[in-house]
Amino acid sequence: MKIVVNNAHLIDPANGVDEVTNLYITDDCISHIGTEALDHFGADQVIEAEQRLLIPGLIDLSVYLREPGQEYKAKIATESEAAVSAGITQLCCMPEPDTTIDSMPTVDLIHKISSQQGKARINVIGAMSKELQGKQLTNMGGLKHAGCIAVTNQRQAFTSTYTLRMAMDYAATYDLLAFLHPIDKELTGRGVVHEGAIATRIGLPGIPAAAETVALAQIIHLAEELNIPVHICRLSSAKSVEKIRAAKKRGTRITADVAAHQLFLTEMDISDFNPLCHVQPPFRSQRDLDALRAGVADGTIDAICSDHQPHEIDAKLAPFQQTQPGISALETLLPLVMRLSEETAIPLNQLIASVTHNPAKIIRSLQGDLQIGNQADFTLFDKKDHWQLAIAEFISQGKNTPFAGWSFNGRTAMTFVAGKCVFDRSVK
Amino acid sequence: MDSNLSSMIDLSPGPLPSSLQLTREGKLRHFLTIEGLSPLMLEEILDRAEQFVTLPNKNQSKAPLLRGKTVINLFFENSTRTRMTFELAAKRLSADLINLDINTSATSKGESLLDTIRNLEAMNVDMFIVRHQHSGAAHFIARYAAPHISVLNAGDGHHSHPTQAMLDMLTIRQHKGAFPPLKVAIVGDILHSRVARSQIHALTTLCAGEVRVIGPRTLMPVGVEAMGVNVFHDLYEGLEGVDVIIMLRLQKERMQNALLPSAHEYYKRYGLRKEALACAKPDAIVMHPGPSNRGVEIDSVVADGSQSVILQQVSNGIAVRMAVMSMVMSAQSGKLK
Repeated sequence: MKIVVNNAHLIDPANGVDEVTNLYITDDCISHIGTEALDHFGADQVIEAEQRLLIPGLIDLSVYLREPGQEYKAKIATESEAAVSAGITQLCCMPEPDTTIDSMPTVDLIHKISSQQGKARINVIGAMSKELQGKQLTNMGGLKHAGCIAVTNQRQAFTSTYTLRMAMDYAATYDLLAFLHPIDKELTGRGVVHEGAIATRIGLPGIPAAAETVALAQIIHLAEELNIPVHICRLSSAKSVEKIRAAKKRGTRITADVAAHQLFLTEMDISDFNPLCHVQPPFRSQRDLDALRAGVADGTIDAICSDHQPHEIDAKLAPFQQTQPGISALETLLPLVMRLSEETAIPLNQLIASVTHNPAKIIRSLQGDLQIGNQADFTLFDKKDHWQLAIAEFISQGKNTPFAGWSFNGRTAMTFVAGKCVFDRSVK
Repeated sequence: MDSNLSSMIDLSPGPLPSSLQLTREGKLRHFLTIEGLSPLMLEEILDRAEQFVTLPNKNQSKAPLLRGKTVINLFFENSTRTRMTFELAAKRLSADLINLDINTSATSKGESLLDTIRNLEAMNVDMFIVRHQHSGAAHFIARYAAPHISVLNAGDGHHSHPTQAMLDMLTIRQHKGAFPPLKVAIVGDILHSRVARSQIHALTTLCAGEVRVIGPRTLMPVGVEAMGVNVFHDLYEGLEGVDVIIMLRLQKERMQNALLPSAHEYYKRYGLRKEALACAKPDAIVMHPGPSNRGVEIDSVVADGSQSVILQQVSNGIAVRMAVMSMVMSAQSGKLK
């Protein structure tokens, strides 16, 4: 199968490409890029892509697929379909207390289901401790062997700083990158929103920024002492950005990500008890949001992820504290990143790198760019498609998004994984 | 199936509680929070409550304003005083009232809050009086309840307790008249107090001269200044020249959570005793939403002293609740005056 995409505005941050050109695909790989027509190519399919961006497929560092175990929330099939419809071609499946990926058979099962039903590439992140209880280490050597690309203890606390240190060190034995959430359990307490004037006004228990910075400082010190790389998941506060910036300056091998919604929403958005804005870590102040954006701008924050957490409707139908945190976010990742380029001075190339090339580097994926010879994972983004987010059109099984009604300029028209079209809006 | 479900139930949270509780004409439809209500609305509640205030030893006659209406006391958290005063208020307005005992109801068997509400709606009730341990619960119920139902917030988490605040305002007005010249001090566990939050909103809305909050740093919520209050950590300093002292109840568990070292130290530093009371104006009144812990936040001599209006607050509680109930029912049906 030979495909040519003509006259696309190709942006490939990894290779410094930002121009209107043609992309040639032979079977599953990119075979040529260039403005001059290849006469002898003999394409089976020609895609005219004027006014469209052609970017590498997005790599999402954090997705809760909910399967196996919580199929009432979401399934691998539905969520990977939602992913490719929004330009995401590769995603990292996170373990969680009800879907603990702490043994090889679970990893195998997820790989099996995704190879049968998945449209996107699915990488599995294993648990660092049995049932994520933070006590007994998992068989990380086995998890690595089963194909886990990293390990995490998700948002669950380790029972002691000692166990955290050991878990980090043991993971490094197998060259497994630790994805760590900086959350101090005690300082978080029963908190559900950012500690501040809004929490005070509406009487919801607050989570101080120190719940993040204290845990972050701990992780940074341990990583520096053990001399191992570490990836910090989901920053929410200005002080954390500062800490990461300083650690990077010192030469610590540290990378960090932020959820896209943290770059758009603040504590103000929960002032009407909006359960759709119940997330962990919580939306913080405008000052924190500005600092997160600055962190993305100067590269302190390497990657933007969706932190996709689809829920059944009942999970959000209760008083705020009783609702489950998380946003169904696959389908808003690219729209929000594009919106960020409209709202800030951050160059589009850099923002695209934060959802493609940078996450690829973190998980050492071969994807995330448009290198000739690489498997052709890319998405065509129609800049002229102005649309408004409607829940009825949401593909994810989880309808829990606070962005319903938001308007966006441009959206995914087609998505390819390994040279195969996995999504085409025109035939939907 | 899932998409059908989601189109049936709208997940968006709807308007802010402050606008949710008013009809399009600006009448009180639910009573969820003081925040966002106009000074005129608060005055109207106080004026109407004044009409319901009865003198002691006078026979209580029933008003027919809620005849044929069914009111449900939906208390997910324990309460004696608030629940009883709501009950008396409803009965004095001729309503039928049912106390739903949550501990023995379906909720304790795992029924969701929304299902409980739906089931009660099916029994043709007109008003829910809700107390819940979680902030925003009354707002949540008001948002999803059928349109003919009014929701009165009888306390939600640390958020709001609007009828308590209004009965306090009534008591203050009865003793002090206008609010603008007044200095009011609220003392104690501000962090966990829905009463304090509602009082602050009511006092600032009614343009009280100064609202002070007094307590240790561990019981002071972050950013409380943004609500329009001055913060004091010293009781004597904070009580200097005030017209009204509102003492808050201190829960015993605060000592276990490392918020306070001991009840003894709290009483020494923040308990209202004669010496502290002497810092306030000589005619200052002493209030407490109850139930009070004598010897923890207030001395018996003060609680029973001539400046204490604590029992008057209780009787005002019935009048204020009657006022609010009649107002929301008239906004709902349009039949009542």
